[in-house]
Amino acid sequence: MSDIQIWTLVFAALSFALYIYIAVASRVKDTAGFYVAGGGIPAPANGAAIAADWMSAASFISMAGIVALSTNGYDGSVYLMGWTGGYVLLALLLAPYLRKFGKYTIPDFVGDRYSETARMVAVICTVVISFVYVAGQMSGTGLVFARFLNVNATTGVIIGMVIVFFYAVLGGMKGITWTQVAQYSVLIVAYLIPAVAISTTVTNIPVPQIGFGQILAELDGLQRDLGFAEYTEAFTNSNMLNVTLMTATLMFGTAGLPHVIVRFYTAKSVRAARFSALWALFFIALLYTTAPSIAAFSKLNILQDVSGTAVDNLPGWAQTWADVDLISVDDLNNDGIIDYGADAANELTINNDILVLAAPEIAGLPAPVIGLVAAGALAAALSTASGLLLVISSSIANDVYYKKINPQATEARQLMVGRITMAAAIVVAGYLGINPPGFVAQVVALAFGLACASFFPVLVLGIFWKKCTAMGATAGMITGLVVTLAYMLWTIDIYGNSDGIFGITETSFGVVGMALNIIVTVVVSQFTPKPSPVMQELVEEIRYPGRTKLVEAHAHGDLPPDVH
Amino acid sequence: MPPSRKEGTFMDERQRREYWRRNLRLMAILLTIWAAVSFGAGIWFVEPLNNIVIADFPLGFWFAQQGSILTFLALIAVYVWRMDKLDKEYGVDELEEEVHHS
Repeated sequence: MSDIQIWTLVFAALSFALYIYIAVASRVKDTAGFYVAGGGIPAPANGAAIAADWMSAASFISMAGIVALSTNGYDGSVYLMGWTGGYVLLALLLAPYLRKFGKYTIPDFVGDRYSETARMVAVICTVVISFVYVAGQMSGTGLVFARFLNVNATTGVIIGMVIVFFYAVLGGMKGITWTQVAQYSVLIVAYLIPAVAISTTVTNIPVPQIGFGQILAELDGLQRDLGFAEYTEAFTNSNMLNVTLMTATLMFGTAGLPHVIVRFYTAKSVRAARFSALWALFFIALLYTTAPSIAAFSKLNILQDVSGTAVDNLPGWAQTWADVDLISVDDLNNDGIIDYGADAANELTINNDILVLAAPEIAGLPAPVIGLVAAGALAAALSTASGLLLVISSSIANDVYYKKINPQATEARQLMVGRITMAAAIVVAGYLGINPPGFVAQVVALAFGLACASFFPVLVLGIFWKKCTAMGATAGMITGLVVTLAYMLWTIDIYGNSDGIFGITETSFGVVGMALNIIVTVVVSQFTPKPSPVMQELVEEIRYPGRTKLVEAHAHGDLPPDVH
Repeated sequence: MPPSRKEGTFMDERQRREYWRRNLRLMAILLTIWAAVSFGAGIWFVEPLNNIVIADFPLGFWFAQQGSILTFLALIAVYVWRMDKLDKEYGVDELEEEVHHS
């Protein structure tokens, strides 16, 4: 066993022991604890939990690599702006109002505000979006285990399942929340140490966010010499229209993802919900402003140290990754030198996912730091997986079982059903992680489009427009979902492979679906029965924080069931 | 002397309308800035802005990879701060609330 493997094992074992300790310490006995942690999480902790929930294996492992390699610098900004800009929408348009409404799940809000049909449509959207997402997290866990511990990916996924099973089934949202706080701490430390080290080594500036400015001119020059477009030049991979639409899709999609929105129910109060959004973006921004600097430093390193060296004289870190086929060198012209370039004569291919994992080795940091980064990647994948599994479990146990099948169920029985659906969801997620459908990578990006086209408008209009009707919202939600899905199938490479309309790519289309959703909702709402006066008054009340009469009556089930 | 309140609420009709109007105005201002830094500076005007270089960063590129994120954070901070002030002004103080089952 190498030093790196030993340290990875040490950090992985220590962090897993911590998560299990937290799970045992935060067992829950009621449904409020299981679904929303009793609504009693302080804002900074809730913010850290949102950040861990949100930042998945994709953010931690892949994003810097995508920026540096596959989108060539500037064009990767869609992810940086898209995945943070959504929090402004969440904070201003959703968080305080949903918290005042104070339910357990997103389908709960949709069902109470609109109708039972809308509730079921929302359950389906939630389950589909979440399963698509969680499959990626589970296979990310497998990847880290395979690379750093030499166990096979299947064993890795199963270990991950067992850990998540422990704290999610025992502690529900409470266990998940406190574990996520710990997971955030692990992953951010693991991400920042190599970044600070590289920045200090290369530029003498210990703040990577400022440091990477120093190398941009050099990077632009090197890229120009090799025939690439400049690193800072805009629209070299996709045009302005697609960059705009994709950024918007990721922003509105972020604000429509069920596992993020549900987090605002766990805050103590409306005020705490607002503060949670602030803390969440603060914690997320720490990683998201660091990612582009890791991207730039690593790209420079690759251009300087790998490009132009002899094929049999790769730097040590590159050789490690070449051994597991994530870096491949193909000496096309047989001159023994690696020619890296933008054209067909390029001889070097680097997988996006290795950039962050290789960063400590590139910076020449010792083995313990590499082990820590591996533990950070595991934390990122597991925390997102558990958040997603919880919304799957709560949508089925609360909105389908309790609301539809057995409204007489006792508290204990509901809790048991919640735990059973959670366990079942973990098994399904594990299966998807071990046998990922071939298109899973694309589908994760598409989940944002679907969330954006289905949920976001229904939630915002439901809060800000009292006369938005049940039929309008249902028609809008279905239109957005169906049109977006159809467009994706029509344009995505593995199915239709069409150029689409105006060359809009499948990942950029969500926001167009959202616009259609809004138009349909508004038009249909003009011609269908308005919400009852009591419902309109209730919607009015969620605008004001503090106790109000109707919201309280609604909470205790004192409103008539046909209040819609 | 606290302002007269509608039973079970914190504000009378007029105060409610005022509170909501001020909330909407704050939102409109913040969302305009949100769009201006991300879509404006980060995307639509990135090319002209890249001709300006500050602290070694081409400005448009900086907005797209750093500036917009920092601005988003500032926007939420301003929102939280202004809404706190607004709540205080309108006497909203009972902030602890339960979550509930329906």
